[in-house]
Amino acid sequence: MGLNEKPLSTLHEKASYDLADFEVPTGREEAWRFTPLSRLKGLHNGKAEPHGKVGAVAFAPEGVRVETVGRDDERIGKAYVPADRVSAQAYAAFEEALVVTVPKEAVPDESVSIKVKGQGGDGAAYGHTVIVVEPLAQATVVIEHEGSAVYADNVEFVVGEGATLKVVTLQEWDDDAVHVSHHHAQLAKDATFKSFAVTLGGDLVRLSPSVSYTAPGGDADLMGVYFVDAGQHLEHRLLVDHSQPNCKSNVDYRGALQGEDAHAVWIGDVIIRVEAEGTDTYELNRNLILTDGARADSVPNLEILTGEVAGAGHASASGRLDDEHLFYLQARGIPHDEARRLVVKGFLGQLIEKIEIEEIRERVMNAVEAELAR
Amino acid sequence: MSTLEIRELHVAVEDKEILRGVNLTVTAGQTHAIMGPNGSGKSTLAYAIAGHPKYTITGGQVLLDGVDLLEMSVDERARAGLFLAMQYPVEVPGVSVSNFLRSAVTAVRGEAPKLREFAKDLKNGMDALSIDPAFAQRNLNEGFSGGEKKRHEILQMELLKPKIAVLDETDSGLDVDALRVVSEGINRFRASGETGVLLITHYTRILRYVKPDFVHVFAGGRIVEEGGPELAEKLEAEGYEQYTKASA
Ligand SMILES: Nc1ncnc2c1ncn2[C@@H]1O[C@H](COP(=O)(O)OP(=O)(O)OP(=O)(O)O)[C@@H](O)[C@H]1O
Ligand SMILES: [Mg+2]
Repeated sequence: MGLNEKPLSTLHEKASYDLADFEVPTGREEAWRFTPLSRLKGLHNGKAEPHGKVGAVAFAPEGVRVETVGRDDERIGKAYVPADRVSAQAYAAFEEALVVTVPKEAVPDESVSIKVKGQGGDGAAYGHTVIVVEPLAQATVVIEHEGSAVYADNVEFVVGEGATLKVVTLQEWDDDAVHVSHHHAQLAKDATFKSFAVTLGGDLVRLSPSVSYTAPGGDADLMGVYFVDAGQHLEHRLLVDHSQPNCKSNVDYRGALQGEDAHAVWIGDVIIRVEAEGTDTYELNRNLILTDGARADSVPNLEILTGEVAGAGHASASGRLDDEHLFYLQARGIPHDEARRLVVKGFLGQLIEKIEIEEIRERVMNAVEAELAR
Repeated sequence: MSTLEIRELHVAVEDKEILRGVNLTVTAGQTHAIMGPNGSGKSTLAYAIAGHPKYTITGGQVLLDGVDLLEMSVDERARAGLFLAMQYPVEVPGVSVSNFLRSAVTAVRGEAPKLREFAKDLKNGMDALSIDPAFAQRNLNEGFSGGEKKRHEILQMELLKPKIAVLDETDSGLDVDALRVVSEGINRFRASGETGVLLITHYTRILRYVKPDFVHVFAGGRIVEEGGPELAEKLEAEGYEQYTKASA
């Protein structure tokens, strides 16, 4: 490295709209080594037949525009360039995109709801969504996924100057569903982005939320909970790319795993580039492993290329239920199973209570209780 | 009339024998104080009776009203009427005090208390122990001061109404006011005459508020001397030295 060269990040160097730029993964690549490729139903190697059916319906409050547009719409691909093979496959193959626009300074009093439903069948389906929150507007978007599908999609969140976007995304797929998804948020000056991912259902879910900044003052908060049952593979790959000064990011994901071959993967990449002085970032992942045979891989990567950070840290912890917690509750007469439920609910509930929409918060809490009652 | 009988109890932790033949009977209406030096095995006795998984029973029996407690799970023992106020109550993140207490009361009574009644009992209980009502919404023991944890243990005892309560150093770390408040709680619990108390302590201070009927000196994993309240005064004056030497 020469004196005048900037150090480059070793993470995520590749991005392209062209599928041909990405080789078919073999499973040895860093980006794919945790994902069971054989269960992707051909999403990664071009062998998936594109005749799957997934419907997306949006409900928006007054003042919010919802459009279904063709591939050539100029708003598509502005904020996000596909960063891996399946993402590029989805970008190459989607037929229509959903574009939601929250106009400048608008503050709709209800949330935008997008319901994505898989209709079953063998083939794969592809999707693309663009959500634009114009300057100084404030909006909440809830994206729900359910049904049976083999689905790959990209979602772009474009958060304008001084705007605030809150997103809750729920993955409540049927047991056989496969879903590979990129959610990218691009934050303008002083923009705020808060996302909450809830992943409970599906055979294989691989969700990659990422954040980039186009100007100083951006603030991103990425939270998530997942509950992995026997045989499920639920993977979350986060990337926050700090390329602007004085931006913040906070990542907090928690999961519980129960049953034979329950597999959780959490990758938390944060890059603080040379220009990103004054960055303040923290990322955390915690997993509770409730039974034998379940496995959690948790890999935080913090790459700091500047000497001037306001704060940068990460932590990851995966472990069993604490015997002392269970003992305390049982010593008060609470039966073992109920004590266990209380502790797990408490562990995930501490994050879930940060979901601001009461109805969604309760629904997620109930869903976690249902998982625990299995 | 309830009775807790501990007979020739031997307990090991990680293959190390800690309790070496403890014999003690606590009958309803009685208060027994156990005093002894650090590391003599007092908490081991308390935890072993309650069924903490870390402790292995290597011999002896513990009977509550003739029924073998050692055959029961931790929660069964509690539902049978045993209560342990812990020396170091553990913090449980994400579980609120009120949710926890309601679950515990429901489990011990065998049915859910009526909401309004429970709220009233809880409020009265907290008032009596000078616990700020805001604690009901806090996470269990999380960020509680030492004294707040101890008061909260006594609150649980009063709500759960056990037959026999084992109090492991509930007095340590309390200032004078808190000590009085906690002692009053223990005395309310004793007042019916239908409950027994096994009070583990280092200090005679609490015994001035909570008068014991019997005092046992614990050293080297067993009871080495027994007497009435006057024994506590003697320990205060002379310390444990004679017992630690003898048991070593
Ligand atoms: N996990 C363990 N491994 C080995 N020894 C242990 C373990 N836990 C406890 N002990 C030992 O058992 C002995 C008795 O401990 P215990 O906590 O019962 O004492 P105590 O009388 O309650 O003391 P204190 O007055 O300090 O509370 C001590 O010597 C302690 O070091
Ligand atoms: Mg002790």
